[in-house]
Amino acid sequence: MTSMPTTRGSSPRRNPAGRSSRPVWMESPSRFVQVVKFVALAVCVVLVLLPFWAVIATSLADQATINASGGGMVLWPDGFSFAAYSAVLSGGVVTRALTISILITMVGTSLSLAASAGLAYWLSRPGAFAARPVLLLLLGAILFSPGIIPNYLVVKELGLLDSYWSLILPVMINAFNVIVMRAFFQELPRELFESAEIDGANAVTVLVRIVLPLSKAVLAVIGLFYAVAYWNAFFNALLYITSNDKWPMSLVLRTYVVNQSAISTEQLNAEAVPPQLPLQMATLVMAIVPILIVYPFIQRHFAKGVLIGAVKG
Amino acid sequence: MILFQWVPLAGNVIAFQEYRPYLPLTGQTWVGFENFAFIVDPTFLNALENTLVLTLIQSVLVFPIPLALALVLNSLAGEQLKRLLQSIFYLPHFLSWVIVVALFQQMLGNAGILNTFLLQNDLGAVQIVGEPDLFRVLLTSQVIWKSAGWGTIIFLAAISRIDQEQYEAAAVDGAGSWRRMWHITLPSLKGLFILLFILQLGESLTVGFEQIILQQGAVGREASEVIDTWVYNNGVIDQNWGLAAAAGLFKSVIGVCLVIGANKLAHVFGERGVYER
Repeated sequence: MTSMPTTRGSSPRRNPAGRSSRPVWMESPSRFVQVVKFVALAVCVVLVLLPFWAVIATSLADQATINASGGGMVLWPDGFSFAAYSAVLSGGVVTRALTISILITMVGTSLSLAASAGLAYWLSRPGAFAARPVLLLLLGAILFSPGIIPNYLVVKELGLLDSYWSLILPVMINAFNVIVMRAFFQELPRELFESAEIDGANAVTVLVRIVLPLSKAVLAVIGLFYAVAYWNAFFNALLYITSNDKWPMSLVLRTYVVNQSAISTEQLNAEAVPPQLPLQMATLVMAIVPILIVYPFIQRHFAKGVLIGAVKG
Repeated sequence: MILFQWVPLAGNVIAFQEYRPYLPLTGQTWVGFENFAFIVDPTFLNALENTLVLTLIQSVLVFPIPLALALVLNSLAGEQLKRLLQSIFYLPHFLSWVIVVALFQQMLGNAGILNTFLLQNDLGAVQIVGEPDLFRVLLTSQVIWKSAGWGTIIFLAAISRIDQEQYEAAAVDGAGSWRRMWHITLPSLKGLFILLFILQLGESLTVGFEQIILQQGAVGREASEVIDTWVYNNGVIDQNWGLAAAAGLFKSVIGVCLVIGANKLAHVFGERGVYER
């Protein structure tokens, strides 16, 4: 154990004002423990961030840099080139998949939010018609999964195979999200609804005018959960989408990045095809970027969103 | 919702039929339990074995890592540093399996960072991706990379709810930080462990369909087939609808039984479990 004053003086974790968030009774950790913790956390951070860094660096590298590394990934592009991005975004297979994925995510998220909020509000009202059986149906949906084949056959019978709706309708309502929203709505003060109803507002007006404006935080979290799910959807796309020109991003990624099929000139709409590796990496980056954009917004709220469900569900 | 959750559930009746897609559901021939003959099919048994081994590895290894990470994070004094680290560790959770698998290929694959580095230093390349013997290790490390950080949320929340006075009293009585962790933090998390364990059991026959189907081509079916991919390959690809539905139903029923059984067991030991009776 090092003596306390030294540890305190050199600790990098003190805030600038010199105040410690550590209670009086808690001893400062020894230098050894601090070093072990620091190294362990630093290794974890590198393990998480290095893949992103490598992919971005390689997507920006020019032909000479790639050749210098023996055709593999690069960690530091000596020669920058945006050729891969301009090729990927100039129309062709990746651009089309991006458009499709963005549209599905936007339409799907709006429908999901509207349907889930409506359902959750209905279930949150005391004495609502058939609320209990519906709630049981929702809880059962979390416990039992019907299996791949029956799901597939239902989508097929409905004629939704190879339609974009097959990526939205089967996953439109997530039972867990509805239950989280219902728990949140139940926390809102009853008096607000009652006074509005005395003033002659019907259930829909109360939902739109009172409940939703008060629930922006939970709507944001659930909306972003839905959006991430739509953006990432791979399984349903693999099952239901059969024609190549309807592929969302996930299937394009599988074909051209995971399975390493070459992206050819006619699939790109570009005159000169840049080297394959940066092309693949640029495609990968385009799939990650939307998540990185929304991430700071979710990040502030999601722990709350997850925990409402854990506590009240 | 009812259409896509409960109608398919009823659709499981085809497990007992010789399903022909061009006939309506009422016009199918009933074959009783004939479709369940898959239970002795060697490819199915192989899939079952892979599933169980993966589940075992993942529950043993994947469980303690988020907890350890949460304990370290919780012990950090700086709030801002803690929050920054949390945002970094949660990030992979939001990426799809396609992206995670692609990232792993670029890191560990034949032309990946690791091998480029090894070759440049004349150390010889290692084949990790596409090597059947290492497939389970690869799958497990992908699961850890993607979800260990996210798993800390629930532990951190539970730790923050522990009464701080207990720690203070223990410290005054002379218990060091390890003893406080062992005698206060871990026992307080017992209920949560049991809850998570039961939920995990329900999922135990479901191991990463997307993750595996993406990488199945590289390592072959023998090493990678699990029940879900077996159902997909036999049903959707080979059009053996009745057979695949029977296997899917088998899996769902066992999953539900495991959850209910584990919950009963939790009640026997005086814990709350997922639902109360």
